[in-house]
Amino acid sequence: MLSNTEKELIVQIWDKMIPVAEDIGSEALLRMFTTFPKTKTYFSHLDISPRSEHLRCHGKKLVQALAEGARNISTLTTTLAPLSRFHAYQLRIHPTNFKLFNHCILVTLACHMGENFTPVAHAAIDKFLSAFSAVLAEKFR
Amino acid sequence: MVQWTAEERAAIQAVFAKLDYKSVGLESLTRLLVVYPWTRRYFGGFGNLFNSEAIMANPKVAAHGTVVLQGLEMALKNMDDIKNTYASLSELHSEKLQVDPGNFQLFGDCLTVVIATRMRTEFTPDIQAAWQKFLAVAVSALRKQYN
Repeated sequence: MLSNTEKELIVQIWDKMIPVAEDIGSEALLRMFTTFPKTKTYFSHLDISPRSEHLRCHGKKLVQALAEGARNISTLTTTLAPLSRFHAYQLRIHPTNFKLFNHCILVTLACHMGENFTPVAHAAIDKFLSAFSAVLAEKFR
Repeated sequence: MVQWTAEERAAIQAVFAKLDYKSVGLESLTRLLVVYPWTRRYFGGFGNLFNSEAIMANPKVAAHGTVVLQGLEMALKNMDDIKNTYASLSELHSEKLQVDPGNFQLFGDCLTVVIATRMRTEFTPDIQAAWQKFLAVAVSALRKQYN
Protein backbone atom coordinates (compact mmCIF):
# COMPACT_ATOMS: atom_id res chain seq x y z
CA MET A 1 0.00 0.00 0.00
CA LEU A 2 1.64 3.23 -1.11
CA SER A 3 0.54 6.63 0.16
CA ASN A 4 0.44 9.59 -2.23
CA THR A 5 3.52 11.05 -0.53
CA GLU A 6 5.37 7.79 -1.10
CA LYS A 7 4.32 7.66 -4.76
CA GLU A 8 5.68 11.19 -5.29
CA LEU A 9 8.90 10.33 -3.50
CA ILE A 10 9.33 7.24 -5.69
CA VAL A 11 8.86 9.25 -8.90
CA GLN A 12 11.31 11.91 -7.66
CA ILE A 13 13.98 9.36 -6.89
CA TRP A 14 13.65 7.39 -10.15
CA ASP A 15 13.58 10.57 -12.25
CA LYS A 16 17.00 11.39 -10.76
CA MET A 17 18.24 7.93 -11.72
CA ILE A 18 17.29 8.15 -15.41
CA PRO A 19 20.32 10.25 -16.46
CA VAL A 20 22.62 7.77 -14.67
CA ALA A 21 20.64 4.66 -15.59
CA GLU A 22 23.69 2.82 -16.93
CA ASP A 23 25.74 3.47 -13.79
CA ILE A 24 22.98 2.56 -11.34
CA GLY A 25 21.75 -0.48 -13.27
CA SER A 26 25.16 -1.97 -13.96
CA GLU A 27 26.25 -1.39 -10.36
CA ALA A 28 23.14 -3.10 -8.96
CA LEU A 29 23.70 -6.07 -11.27
CA LEU A 30 27.39 -6.31 -10.40
CA ARG A 31 26.56 -6.22 -6.67
CA MET A 32 24.02 -8.99 -7.20
CA PHE A 33 26.44 -11.17 -9.18
CA THR A 34 29.22 -10.68 -6.60
CA THR A 35 27.13 -11.25 -3.45
CA PHE A 36 24.82 -13.90 -4.91
CA PRO A 37 26.85 -15.80 -7.53
CA LYS A 38 23.98 -18.16 -8.39
CA THR A 39 22.25 -15.23 -10.11
CA LYS A 40 24.93 -15.35 -12.81
CA THR A 41 23.39 -18.57 -14.13
CA TYR A 42 20.78 -16.49 -15.98
CA PHE A 43 23.39 -14.52 -17.88
CA SER A 44 25.58 -17.09 -19.60
CA HIS A 45 24.71 -15.40 -22.90
CA LEU A 46 26.20 -12.04 -21.86
CA ASP A 47 29.58 -10.67 -20.84
CA ILE A 48 28.79 -9.57 -17.28
CA SER A 49 32.31 -8.64 -16.24
CA PRO A 50 32.62 -5.25 -14.47
CA ARG A 51 32.27 -2.25 -16.81
CA SER A 52 31.40 -4.49 -19.80
CA GLU A 53 29.20 -3.07 -22.53
CA HIS A 54 26.58 -5.81 -21.95
CA LEU A 55 26.42 -5.07 -18.24
CA ARG A 56 25.95 -1.33 -18.78
CA CYS A 57 23.39 -1.87 -21.52
CA HIS A 58 21.38 -4.36 -19.51
CA GLY A 59 21.61 -2.25 -16.38
CA LYS A 60 20.25 0.73 -18.30
CA LYS A 61 17.24 -1.29 -19.52
CA LEU A 62 16.41 -2.38 -15.98
CA VAL A 63 16.54 1.14 -14.53
CA GLN A 64 14.47 2.53 -17.40
CA ALA A 65 11.82 -0.16 -16.82
CA LEU A 66 11.77 0.67 -13.10
CA ALA A 67 11.46 4.39 -13.86
CA GLU A 68 8.58 3.65 -16.25
CA GLY A 69 6.86 1.64 -13.53
CA ALA A 70 7.42 4.47 -11.03
CA ARG A 71 5.57 6.88 -13.34
CA ASN A 72 2.67 4.43 -13.71
CA ILE A 73 2.34 2.95 -10.24
CA SER A 74 -1.46 2.78 -10.31
CA THR A 75 -1.42 0.83 -13.58
CA LEU A 76 1.55 -1.43 -12.99
CA THR A 77 -0.19 -4.59 -14.23
CA THR A 78 -1.07 -3.02 -17.59
CA THR A 79 2.20 -1.11 -17.98
CA LEU A 80 4.31 -4.17 -17.23
CA ALA A 81 2.18 -6.74 -19.08
CA PRO A 82 4.73 -7.39 -21.87
CA LEU A 83 7.62 -7.62 -19.36
CA SER A 84 5.49 -9.87 -17.18
CA ARG A 85 4.87 -12.28 -20.07
CA PHE A 86 8.57 -12.18 -20.97
CA HIS A 87 9.64 -13.08 -17.42
CA ALA A 88 7.05 -15.87 -17.16
CA TYR A 89 7.33 -17.62 -20.48
CA GLN A 90 10.83 -16.89 -21.66
CA LEU A 91 13.14 -15.93 -18.82
CA ARG A 92 11.52 -18.22 -16.21
CA ILE A 93 13.61 -16.81 -13.39
CA HIS A 94 13.25 -18.48 -9.98
CA PRO A 95 11.11 -15.93 -8.09
CA THR A 96 13.45 -15.68 -5.09
CA ASN A 97 15.92 -13.86 -7.32
CA PHE A 98 13.72 -10.77 -7.56
CA LYS A 99 14.33 -10.11 -3.86
CA LEU A 100 18.08 -10.43 -4.33
CA PHE A 101 18.10 -7.91 -7.17
CA ASN A 102 15.77 -5.55 -5.27
CA HIS A 103 18.12 -5.62 -2.27
CA CYS A 104 21.07 -4.72 -4.50
CA ILE A 105 19.10 -1.84 -6.02
CA LEU A 106 18.49 -0.55 -2.48
CA VAL A 107 22.20 -0.82 -1.62
CA THR A 108 23.15 0.97 -4.88
CA LEU A 109 20.69 3.79 -4.18
CA ALA A 110 22.01 4.02 -0.60
CA CYS A 111 25.61 4.33 -1.85
CA HIS A 112 24.65 7.03 -4.34
CA MET A 113 22.25 9.04 -2.23
CA GLY A 114 23.97 8.69 1.16
CA GLU A 115 21.91 10.20 3.98
CA ASN A 116 19.33 11.40 1.42
CA PHE A 117 18.25 7.77 1.22
CA THR A 118 16.22 8.28 4.37
CA PRO A 119 14.31 5.53 6.22
CA VAL A 120 11.09 6.85 4.64
CA ALA A 121 12.59 6.77 1.12
CA HIS A 122 13.98 3.28 1.85
CA ALA A 123 10.53 2.05 2.88
CA ALA A 124 8.82 3.59 -0.16
CA ILE A 125 11.31 2.17 -2.66
CA ASP A 126 11.28 -1.26 -0.99
CA LYS A 127 7.49 -1.36 -1.24
CA PHE A 128 7.61 -0.20 -4.85
CA LEU A 129 10.19 -2.85 -5.80
CA SER A 130 8.10 -5.57 -4.09
CA ALA A 131 5.01 -4.48 -6.01
CA PHE A 132 6.99 -4.33 -9.27
CA SER A 133 8.42 -7.86 -8.76
CA ALA A 134 5.00 -9.22 -7.84
CA VAL A 135 3.65 -8.02 -11.18
CA LEU A 136 6.65 -9.46 -13.03
CA ALA A 137 6.06 -12.84 -11.38
CA GLU A 138 2.26 -12.70 -11.77
CA LYS A 139 2.02 -14.98 -14.79
CA PHE A 140 4.52 -17.56 -13.52
CA ARG A 141 1.70 -19.97 -12.72
CA MET B 1 33.05 -24.95 9.01
CA VAL B 2 32.91 -21.63 7.20
CA GLN B 3 36.06 -20.76 5.25
CA TRP B 4 37.16 -17.15 5.07
CA THR B 5 39.74 -15.83 2.63
CA ALA B 6 42.23 -13.23 3.83
CA GLU B 7 40.47 -10.67 1.65
CA GLU B 8 37.09 -11.46 3.22
CA ARG B 9 38.48 -11.12 6.75
CA ALA B 10 40.09 -7.81 5.82
CA ALA B 11 36.89 -6.51 4.19
CA ILE B 12 34.74 -7.40 7.20
CA GLN B 13 37.26 -5.87 9.64
CA ALA B 14 37.32 -2.73 7.47
CA VAL B 15 33.54 -2.38 7.63
CA PHE B 16 33.49 -2.85 11.43
CA ALA B 17 36.31 -0.35 11.91
CA LYS B 18 34.06 2.34 10.41
CA LEU B 19 30.98 1.47 12.48
CA ASP B 20 29.83 3.89 15.16
CA TYR B 21 27.76 1.27 17.04
CA LYS B 22 25.44 3.80 18.62
CA SER B 23 24.54 5.71 15.48
CA VAL B 24 24.53 2.74 13.08
CA GLY B 25 22.66 0.55 15.57
CA LEU B 26 19.97 3.20 16.07
CA GLU B 27 19.53 3.86 12.37
CA SER B 28 19.46 0.16 11.42
CA LEU B 29 16.84 -0.64 14.02
CA THR B 30 14.85 2.43 12.97
CA ARG B 31 14.87 1.28 9.35
CA LEU B 32 13.80 -2.21 10.41
CA LEU B 33 10.82 -0.79 12.31
CA VAL B 34 9.90 1.64 9.49
CA VAL B 35 10.45 -0.53 6.41
CA TYR B 36 9.07 -3.72 8.00
CA PRO B 37 6.48 -2.45 10.50
CA TRP B 38 5.43 -5.92 11.69
CA THR B 39 8.74 -6.08 13.57
CA ARG B 40 7.31 -3.57 16.05
CA ARG B 41 5.50 -6.51 17.62
CA TYR B 42 8.71 -7.37 19.48
CA PHE B 43 9.15 -3.91 20.99
CA GLY B 44 5.84 -3.33 22.79
CA GLY B 45 7.62 -1.94 25.86
CA PHE B 46 9.61 0.65 23.90
CA GLY B 47 7.03 3.45 23.92
CA ASN B 48 6.55 5.70 20.89
CA LEU B 49 7.37 3.86 17.66
CA PHE B 50 4.77 5.72 15.67
CA ASN B 51 6.93 7.13 12.86
CA SER B 52 10.49 7.48 11.64
CA GLU B 53 11.24 10.64 13.68
CA ALA B 54 9.78 9.20 16.89
CA ILE B 55 11.75 5.97 16.49
CA MET B 56 15.06 7.77 15.80
CA ALA B 57 14.50 9.86 18.97
CA ASN B 58 13.56 6.88 21.14
CA PRO B 59 16.30 6.18 23.73
CA LYS B 60 15.25 2.51 24.12
CA VAL B 61 15.72 1.96 20.38
CA ALA B 62 19.16 3.61 20.58
CA ALA B 63 20.19 1.44 23.52
CA HIS B 64 18.98 -1.71 21.84
CA GLY B 65 20.67 -0.84 18.54
CA THR B 66 24.00 -0.72 20.38
CA VAL B 67 23.28 -4.10 22.02
CA VAL B 68 22.66 -5.72 18.64
CA LEU B 69 25.86 -4.30 17.13
CA GLN B 70 27.82 -5.50 20.16
CA GLY B 71 26.31 -8.93 19.51
CA LEU B 72 27.64 -8.81 15.94
CA GLU B 73 31.04 -7.82 17.29
CA MET B 74 31.07 -11.12 19.21
CA ALA B 75 30.75 -12.91 15.88
CA LEU B 76 33.54 -10.78 14.41
CA LYS B 77 35.87 -11.71 17.28
CA ASN B 78 35.08 -15.42 16.81
CA MET B 79 34.75 -15.65 13.06
CA ASP B 80 35.91 -19.23 12.93
CA ASP B 81 33.28 -20.46 15.36
CA ILE B 82 30.26 -18.22 15.11
CA LYS B 83 27.90 -21.16 15.53
CA ASN B 84 29.05 -21.97 19.06
CA THR B 85 29.60 -18.33 19.98
CA TYR B 86 25.91 -17.69 19.24
CA ALA B 87 24.47 -20.85 20.86
CA SER B 88 23.05 -19.12 23.94
CA LEU B 89 21.96 -16.04 21.94
CA SER B 90 20.08 -18.35 19.61
CA GLU B 91 18.36 -20.03 22.49
CA LEU B 92 17.46 -16.64 23.95
CA HIS B 93 15.85 -15.49 20.70
CA SER B 94 13.93 -18.72 20.13
CA GLU B 95 12.87 -19.73 23.65
CA LYS B 96 12.52 -16.47 25.52
CA LEU B 97 12.08 -13.67 22.97
CA GLN B 98 10.27 -15.89 20.45
CA VAL B 99 11.37 -13.89 17.43
CA ASP B 100 10.46 -15.19 13.98
CA PRO B 101 13.94 -15.85 12.51
CA GLY B 102 12.88 -14.45 9.13
CA ASN B 103 13.31 -11.05 10.78
CA PHE B 104 17.05 -11.56 11.36
CA GLN B 105 17.61 -11.41 7.61
CA LEU B 106 15.59 -8.19 7.44
CA PHE B 107 17.68 -6.55 10.18
CA GLY B 108 20.83 -7.59 8.31
CA ASP B 109 19.48 -5.99 5.12
CA CYS B 110 18.72 -2.73 6.94
CA LEU B 111 22.17 -2.70 8.54
CA THR B 112 23.73 -3.24 5.10
CA VAL B 113 21.76 -0.29 3.67
CA VAL B 114 22.90 1.97 6.55
CA ILE B 115 26.52 0.96 5.97
CA ALA B 116 26.06 1.73 2.27
CA THR B 117 24.73 5.25 3.04
CA ARG B 118 27.80 5.89 5.24
CA MET B 119 30.57 4.24 3.23
CA ARG B 120 29.11 5.11 -0.20
CA THR B 121 31.55 4.27 -3.03
CA GLU B 122 33.90 2.63 -0.51
CA PHE B 123 31.27 -0.07 -0.04
CA THR B 124 32.37 -1.84 -3.21
CA PRO B 125 30.63 -4.96 -4.59
CA ASP B 126 33.48 -7.14 -3.24
CA ILE B 127 33.27 -5.64 0.24
CA GLN B 128 29.49 -5.97 0.15
CA ALA B 129 29.79 -9.65 -0.80
CA ALA B 130 32.16 -10.40 2.09
CA TRP B 131 30.01 -8.42 4.53
CA GLN B 132 26.83 -10.21 3.45
CA LYS B 133 28.56 -13.59 3.77
CA PHE B 134 29.43 -12.66 7.36
CA LEU B 135 25.82 -11.62 8.05
CA ALA B 136 24.52 -14.84 6.48
CA VAL B 137 26.72 -16.91 8.80
CA ALA B 138 25.61 -14.86 11.83
CA VAL B 139 21.93 -15.22 10.89
CA SER B 140 22.33 -18.94 10.31
CA ALA B 141 23.94 -19.34 13.74
CA LEU B 142 21.11 -17.38 15.36
CA ARG B 143 18.61 -19.74 13.73
CA LYS B 144 20.41 -22.88 14.89
CA GLN B 145 18.61 -23.45 18.19
CA TYR B 146 15.09 -23.07 16.77
CA ASN B 147 13.21 -26.35 16.77
